[in-house]
Amino acid sequence: MYGKKVKLRFLFLALILASVILTVFLILQSLKDNIVYFKSPSEIKSLIELGKKKIRVGGMVKEQSIFINANEINFIITDFKNEINVVYSGVIPNLFAEGKGVVAEGFLKDKNYFSATKILAKHDENYMPPEVKEAIGDK
Amino acid sequence: MLANQIGYYSLILGLLLSFILCAVSIKDFNNSNKRISQNIFILSFLQLTFVVVSFLSLILSFIKSDFSNETVFNNSHTTKPLFYKISGTWGNHEGSLLLWLLVLTLFIYLFLVKSKSQPKKYRILTLLFQQIIIIGFFLFVLVTSNPFNYLFPTPPDGLGLNPILQDPALAIHPPILYLGYVGTSIIFSSSLAAVTQNYVSKEWGRHIKKWVLVSWIFLTIGIMLGSIWAYYELGWGGFWFWDPVENVSLMPWLTLTALLHCIIVLERRAALTSWVVILSITTFTLSMCGTFLVRSGILNSVHTFANDPARGIFILIFLFILIILSLGIFFVFHKKNNNNPNSFFWLSRETSILINNWFMMYFLSVVLIGTVYPIFLDVVSAEKISVGPPFYHKLIVPFLIPFLLFMSLGPRLKWIKSEIENKNSLIITFIISVTLTFFIIKNLTADLLFYTVLISVAFFLLFTTIKELFIKKNNNMPQTVAHFGFSLLILSILFNNILSSEIITNIKIGEKYSYQKSEIFFKKIEEKKESNFNSIVAYFEIKNEKGKIIKLKPEIRIYNQPIIITSEADIKTTLLEDRFLVMNLVKGGEYYNIRYQIKPFMIWIWISVLLLSIGGLMSLFKKRYEK
Repeated sequence: MYGKKVKLRFLFLALILASVILTVFLILQSLKDNIVYFKSPSEIKSLIELGKKKIRVGGMVKEQSIFINANEINFIITDFKNEINVVYSGVIPNLFAEGKGVVAEGFLKDKNYFSATKILAKHDENYMPPEVKEAIGDK
Repeated sequence: MLANQIGYYSLILGLLLSFILCAVSIKDFNNSNKRISQNIFILSFLQLTFVVVSFLSLILSFIKSDFSNETVFNNSHTTKPLFYKISGTWGNHEGSLLLWLLVLTLFIYLFLVKSKSQPKKYRILTLLFQQIIIIGFFLFVLVTSNPFNYLFPTPPDGLGLNPILQDPALAIHPPILYLGYVGTSIIFSSSLAAVTQNYVSKEWGRHIKKWVLVSWIFLTIGIMLGSIWAYYELGWGGFWFWDPVENVSLMPWLTLTALLHCIIVLERRAALTSWVVILSITTFTLSMCGTFLVRSGILNSVHTFANDPARGIFILIFLFILIILSLGIFFVFHKKNNNNPNSFFWLSRETSILINNWFMMYFLSVVLIGTVYPIFLDVVSAEKISVGPPFYHKLIVPFLIPFLLFMSLGPRLKWIKSEIENKNSLIITFIISVTLTFFIIKNLTADLLFYTVLISVAFFLLFTTIKELFIKKNNNMPQTVAHFGFSLLILSILFNNILSSEIITNIKIGEKYSYQKSEIFFKKIEEKKESNFNSIVAYFEIKNEKGKIIKLKPEIRIYNQPIIITSEADIKTTLLEDRFLVMNLVKGGEYYNIRYQIKPFMIWIWISVLLLSIGGLMSLFKKRYEK
């Protein structure tokens, strides 16, 4: 028979293993609930069903599309193939402008209408998020 | 011109010295002398001098605005104030790597000088391992990111420094953070040396603890400075965004904190030897990863700057070499010491420290997965995702409850075998904390049960540490101060989160915006001119519920080189709350986008982080050890 010490050690090992598995499970589970997918306007057009989850949309702000009033700002994100209307009320980053790259986070109302909760700021006007670069191709 | 040449050739000489140092120290290693050859000290000092000369000549090029230097051309401009010309030296990729190198050589020299009481072979091996890292960085600087590239014809003026980097906090943030990052390299090298010499012992623990503390203090303050900067400069009014770039600085901090705790066990009981070594390796690897992730542009972060992927590959390869080397050394040389009891009694100081380490590892894995998973998924499936703050909050905040509880009880336990003393007073303290919290939370709109429990344990830790602060014979003051700081940090963050409020609106000049019983009045704007920017200063008057008027003057700056618009928030800080107003320009110029926030206890977050580092400092200068 195994001694008491060995048994105790087994118990300890099992405990560690169980807690590690639990931790990983917990982390992966919350990850699933909290990831935000990035889509280009064209990808949104080809969506089969609109999820209710938060997504990010990126591309260029279309020229002459910004319209602003006291409560909200409207603009169009384009990837030069398709475009999507965005409505947003919140902080607008300084580097946000027509003809510049943009990433907006929020919810899809339908395939043409996006309600943004956040516009991501950039630190460098030369910097283009890799996703946006890909979304608008080599333009 | 001349400075350029001097800087470049000193770098090459520094690299040559690395090889000479390696050769000399290998020769000295086999020498039967008891003491390290004087030549090694001289060579190491010489290497340090060359790197200092190189760094100074880069600073000189920046001060003189010598645009025949490509780095200066890319990151400076004649109209910039002198202070930012100097800080521009490390505000860019090439210069910051040179700074890494400077700190690497400085620390190994200090190590040699400060470790005279340690065994000779161990010291030489540490030097050798450190030289491997130094050679790697020399090559990295010289091959992929030479700060002394020559431009011809010399351009008339530079491109300027990114304006958001033109800020006092960010001027000192990188050097301080690097001191922390690079300090972990000494821990890495010396733990590898100690493993090969089978010297992972109480004496080694006592000696290396100083380096752990130094790196930890610098890393803590470095992270705080970055956080303060993000708070007032980015205009989001938060201090931590769970952004990948922030996460990579938090990860080494977590392992370093774990290391700091378990090195105490090593120092006392000569136990946990393998764990200490693994943590040392992990900490440095994470610091390197941080540099890699930030510099390679692999991360899509709001903090990312334009950069070059080739550099990332170099760091990545170097990183893999270091990891394989260190793991190889660990598995080949590490012998488990069987003389010491490895099993701990369940109720003892060492068990409580182990629990701390478990929590740290858990927090680390959460942050690591949240940061790396998007990269992983992008590589595997080209699916682009990001992981938001709710992920971290959900996984970290609930676990703070047991963590804080153990933190209040752990330090009260004795080594080896202990009992919980003063049960009654502990229970009373706990009841007081719960009641206090209950009455505070009841008046707020927050999740009653969850926050009551969470804030209760935070208060519990606060009260127990306060009590210990006033015990005369407290011989573990540094720990008490640090834990007190931590409880204060958690409390201020929680209350800050629960009580913050904000108003975002678009407003024209002369308009009033009313909400509840308060009123925001946009009085007027004024234009100002500085050498490197023009600014629009807005005058706001904010009337709060009690009819008191606060004047805030946020600013929009239009920098001329490069042309970038930034917002400068205006913040009125009091001990109780920060009032934060930031304004952005919207196309057309008629409307201004403003964000007004009331952030309670903001200043206490910084104060408590300072307390944490003061605890570290006290421990560093503490001479006697408790018996």
